[in-house]
Amino acid sequence: MLKYTEDHEWLRAEGDEIVVGITKHASDQLGDVVFIELPEAGRAVEAGEEIVVIESVKAASDIVAPVAGTITAVNEALSDSPGDVNGDPMTAWFFRIKPADAGAMDGFMDEAAYKALVE
Amino acid sequence: MPDPTRRTGLYDLHVEQGARMVPFAGWDMPVQFPMGVMAEHLHPRQRAGLFDVSHMGQVLVTPDDGQMATAAAALETLIPADVAGLAQGRQRYGLFTNDAGGILDDLMFANRGDHFLLVVNAACAEQDIAHLRTLAGVTVTPVTDRGLVALQGPQAEVALARLVPGVADMRFMDSTALEWDGVALWISRSGYTGEDGFEISVPETRLADFARALLAQPEVAPIGLGARDSLRLEVGMPLYGHDMDASVTPAQAALGWSIPKVRRTGGARAGGFPGAEVILAELGAAPVTRRGLRPEGRAPIREGVALFSDDGAPIGTVSSGGFGPSVGGPIAMARIPAEIPDGATIQAELRGKRVPLTVCALPFVTPSYKR
Repeated sequence: MLKYTEDHEWLRAEGDEIVVGITKHASDQLGDVVFIELPEAGRAVEAGEEIVVIESVKAASDIVAPVAGTITAVNEALSDSPGDVNGDPMTAWFFRIKPADAGAMDGFMDEAAYKALVE
Repeated sequence: MPDPTRRTGLYDLHVEQGARMVPFAGWDMPVQFPMGVMAEHLHPRQRAGLFDVSHMGQVLVTPDDGQMATAAAALETLIPADVAGLAQGRQRYGLFTNDAGGILDDLMFANRGDHFLLVVNAACAEQDIAHLRTLAGVTVTPVTDRGLVALQGPQAEVALARLVPGVADMRFMDSTALEWDGVALWISRSGYTGEDGFEISVPETRLADFARALLAQPEVAPIGLGARDSLRLEVGMPLYGHDMDASVTPAQAALGWSIPKVRRTGGARAGGFPGAEVILAELGAAPVTRRGLRPEGRAPIREGVALFSDDGAPIGTVSSGGFGPSVGGPIAMARIPAEIPDGATIQAELRGKRVPLTVCALPFVTPSYKR
């Protein structure tokens, strides 16, 4: 199941965890990404908390935790090759989060709703 | 009411090329093209990039008595440079200074035989023209019917020479008029990227035609202001309003080199420009100077970030900073105390954490001009 946030993140449910990345739209808006700072695995976060710093050649931006929960893993490879976010943003995941609320994915947009938002 | 954002004669072409347009110094300018800032930066380092710099002010300063010495002497009262010694067909870099010794703007000036052609920053143009109009014995004419483009990169000569063969004979900082398709181009071999290249003033009516003719050359791609900024940062060129302003002296901005011996203490035409006493006394003795900074790690340290000495004392603020695609990492510039040597480590405060930076000499990338 793939869902989207208004902050231009994609969320993919895998077991009881959610994998999080940013959309092509977000990656295009950011421009060439040159630096990514990821949170530490094991960290408990609130929904809306800024947990990833992403720097493009143009500016710094934040990526927020889409739901409250615990970070279970981060994609360390992105720190070494941040440009992957521009290459294929749908496979360049940032972190996995175990939501505090099992129904956390329910409120987010499906692909059709997200497409309507960015078009 | 402020003027609406102005468009250059290449606006429609930029939009057609897919540019993202942004307001810059009162103009609607392309910040990037679909190629993206990273590739746009690398293209003029390897091939040739076309930049629209029509927002910059072009100004003619003509002596009323027909003697270039008259105009040169007048300009030397505002600019601490050797204007009188500039040969016909040559161009130099200079500064307008104020009575406190600060920098009002930086500019290029060229001797075109019967007048000087000045190119000034867009944001300062109006103020510069008013400043020039205080001079006696010269007529100051803003050029309003010409655009300006820069073609920059190791293949700029080969691309431009197909349209204008005469450019192959020019060397760095030559300035001349050459014909293309029935119109006079004012061309200088100079730029703001550290690469060999040309800045070309074109009659507005033919500007888009000329730009299209350049873009039709296989070496040439359009480049936006985003890459222009990282290109100039890598070669240590200051940007007015960021790396210097009216409160910063030439020595503090590391631009003392633009003031030649003849205008310095003991020179034949020493002083005689606004703030001379402060400016000349400070050459080689400025308390702070503009320096290069190499942040550790990959995080860009941008303009406005506070800097601290290793023992925690505040020592300045980043004046320009970002990612240098040719360097392959973050780079920055700041005015910091002169006694801090190259190679020293200082600290930046970034998102609540201290990031170490190494102080270094400028530039980060060595320019390659055709001298």
